[in-house]
Amino acid sequence: MNDIAFPTTNAIGDLVRANFPASSAYIINGILGIAAVLITVALIPVFLVWMERKVAAHFQARLGPMRVGFHGTLQSVADGLKLLFKEVLKPAGADSFGFFLAPILPATASFLVMTIIPFDHHLQVTDLNGGVIYVIAISGLSVFGILLAGWSSNNKYSLLGAMRSGAQLISYEISLAIIMLLIVLVSGTASLREIVLSQQGTVLDWWIFKLPGLGLVAFIMYLISSTAELNRGPFDISEAESELTGGFTTEYSGISFSMFFLAEFVNMFVAGTLTTTFFLGGFLAPQIGLGTVDLLFDAVPGFVWFFLKTCFIIFLFMWFRWSFPRLRVDQLMELEWKVLLPINIIVLVLGAIFVAQGWILP
Amino acid sequence: MEINHLQAPPGFTDTAAAEATTEEYYLNMGPQHPGTHGVLRLVLRLDGENVQEVVPHLGYVHRAIEKMAENQTYLQNIHLTDRLDYLSSFMNNLGLCMAIEKGLGIGVPERGEYIRVMLCELQRIQSHLLWWGVLGMDMGAVTAFLYGFKEREMITDIFEEVCGNRLTMNFFRPGGSSADVPDTFLPRVATVIERLKRALDEYQTLLTDNIIFQERTRGIGVLSREKALSYGCTGPVLRGSGVQYDGRKNNPYSIYERFDFEVPVGQGGDSFDRYLVRMEEMAQSIKIVQQAMETFPTGPYRSKEFSKYRIPTGSYFSQVETARGLLGIYMVADGTAKPYRLKYRSPSFSNLSAINEMAVGYKIADLITIISTLDLVIPDIDR
Amino acid sequence: MIEESIIKKHTVLSEHAAELLQSRQSSTVKPGLSLSQYLYKIGSGFYSLLKGMKLTGSYFVNPGKIVTQPYPENRETLKMFPRFRGRVIMVHDEDGEHSCTACGLCEKACPNGTISVHATRNIAGRKVLGRYVYRLNQCTQCNLCIEVCPFDAIRMGHDFELAAYDRDSLIFILNNKEGRG
Repeated sequence: MNDIAFPTTNAIGDLVRANFPASSAYIINGILGIAAVLITVALIPVFLVWMERKVAAHFQARLGPMRVGFHGTLQSVADGLKLLFKEVLKPAGADSFGFFLAPILPATASFLVMTIIPFDHHLQVTDLNGGVIYVIAISGLSVFGILLAGWSSNNKYSLLGAMRSGAQLISYEISLAIIMLLIVLVSGTASLREIVLSQQGTVLDWWIFKLPGLGLVAFIMYLISSTAELNRGPFDISEAESELTGGFTTEYSGISFSMFFLAEFVNMFVAGTLTTTFFLGGFLAPQIGLGTVDLLFDAVPGFVWFFLKTCFIIFLFMWFRWSFPRLRVDQLMELEWKVLLPINIIVLVLGAIFVAQGWILP
Repeated sequence: MEINHLQAPPGFTDTAAAEATTEEYYLNMGPQHPGTHGVLRLVLRLDGENVQEVVPHLGYVHRAIEKMAENQTYLQNIHLTDRLDYLSSFMNNLGLCMAIEKGLGIGVPERGEYIRVMLCELQRIQSHLLWWGVLGMDMGAVTAFLYGFKEREMITDIFEEVCGNRLTMNFFRPGGSSADVPDTFLPRVATVIERLKRALDEYQTLLTDNIIFQERTRGIGVLSREKALSYGCTGPVLRGSGVQYDGRKNNPYSIYERFDFEVPVGQGGDSFDRYLVRMEEMAQSIKIVQQAMETFPTGPYRSKEFSKYRIPTGSYFSQVETARGLLGIYMVADGTAKPYRLKYRSPSFSNLSAINEMAVGYKIADLITIISTLDLVIPDIDR
Repeated sequence: MIEESIIKKHTVLSEHAAELLQSRQSSTVKPGLSLSQYLYKIGSGFYSLLKGMKLTGSYFVNPGKIVTQPYPENRETLKMFPRFRGRVIMVHDEDGEHSCTACGLCEKACPNGTISVHATRNIAGRKVLGRYVYRLNQCTQCNLCIEVCPFDAIRMGHDFELAAYDRDSLIFILNNKEGRG
């Protein structure tokens, strides 16, 4: 299925390996990879916070930030600096170790997932054979941070938010995993890079269209589950500012709070990239079968397409958030266990039948 | 200091939670809480997320307006009524003005009455728009908040042009109003009405029809008809519970009996009923304003101007239907320029008292919705 | 007391709520949905969400619907309505003369003790205005002083940027330069 037309390794990694002895090349590549992920992780929230504020503003007939930089582009830099310089407060009865460990865990989880995202043919820190399983395993880590934050804050609102969030994340992970399983099933690989490469061809070869009808349903299910997994509106019950004054982040301030904030936006980016990888052909340029247009699209670098598609998915997340009221905690569970999970299992079974019968668009 | 977490705070009826299988706890909600609309403080007894008992604590914005009233002249008192229920300031002004007019035995010219009714109904819409937006925000739909404010701003602009202030109007005077409406008033109202009709459809799409919204409000916070009456609830809360009582219809004041409008009534008394009643009230208020625009008379806007009001000894009562319910004004005059006693019966106070009845058995998130559908204005509760 | 005759069942806005109340009283278990109801609920719910998204989307793609204005930038074009109540100012003519006679009606009309009129006598021995003290920090913009003034000596200015760091700077002497708005 996947005749690999591209080198499997990383361009920069190859260069380092060619010029350095094997032992030091390994370390240099590691450092380069960590640096690349950290830079991406630091820059992406700056852009996404600005985007969130602008998109929200325009949905609400407002202008949004307009002062700092052109149309407020540097607003989130200013906000980030402000957060860095703010005092970190700890409530009197809070458990110091847990309280300060908690913000690090969700941020770490989202950093780790970034390492296997294929941004372009040659832009990937590492490509794991079981990439999908790695994603499921690592994203489960952020639950611990939120639970720990709620428990160690010594605040009933925080605890309520954390408990809600724990139940929510664990439930929706099941749906998310089932849809990932469907993609693994139809593409025949668990490596993210090869999942992308299995979608080569025209737009109709993307998994959203390639399985007639089923792909679209799976895509929508994946979007809904991702939104819930991200703790974003309309599923933001763990923060629920009008109910719980901020949920598990109630007692956090300064850099501790900004770690949660950072993790939230990096997670949103990661969810966008995963959706793009699974359904929208990842870094592949959209080919619509018209010679000149296709050539033009092909000339654009893959990571640009990747970011455009990811931004589109993130825009959808924002659209959901700024259109709908929040669900109640029991309705959230009902939605997962009574609606999404049955549909997802049916979709998975249908997917298996599609593969067995060969009902996949050529 | 050792704190016994199981010891009930003051106000709770059932202290021993012996039958409960899980450990119950107390949660202090407010006075600083985004869901309680100001400085309302509720202490909840919770079993997990489930509300077992609600005890409201009042007095955080008590300004002794009733006591202050005894040291202010009648005219000066009108500006204090702005500060009871600040979203219904025209209607509060009207209530006190009507009480003073009863005392002085003066009438209001035709144009004055029309100005009063139109401004009051516009303010009812304005108040309901704010409620609609805040309800949306309490349920996590922040966009609804801004859409509600968008149309509300147009009405606020009319008020600003008519009387100079946007919130605390102090516009009506005994015998009419303090000034005539400007020439631009009617065209402005016409454009706002046109916009509002379209906006109501948008609101319908954004919240009323929304499945999440319906799931969150249907069957939540049920207040039965009998309970609503026995707690003295008025306004949309009472009507949502199925009692057709509206001060404008049942006890008409000003010139309300001339206008043709319906009093919407709910059946079951849940949050969705209260929501629908308010949405329909906006449409009915638009209807009243339109009728008033067609027959808007010319002539004087104020009957007589007194420099000092000396009301004959006696007690006088007037009531108005504000956006929240019945505002009753009981005034005891002793022949001087200042009232001997001025008592306000504020609608929010009675409506809040039913909260324990409505919230028990539902979740915290539902409690926020219930507070929101009660449409509380805390300064109106505390006065 | 609301009469019993007033309490009557009325037009049906929502049919569901009465049975909801009953179901709450009898038992907390919700009646189950049949498969077709379940599917219909999912479908119609999904459709209602799409309608909401269409509405917010129409605002997103239509910048003409933006209602907010960037405030300090539009200071030049920002015009207050003629009746806008900013703060009390004293009307001065071209010669710098005001028409206040220090009668003190405004001081009496004020509910908050915002105004103090200090009269003095001029060389001819007539009572004239010495200092007209206006305390903006106490003022509620109720307009009573303006209405009561028989000479239209004071009116409401259109200045709305009234915040200050110091309460003392909110006390104005209106017959000075600062009182002219």
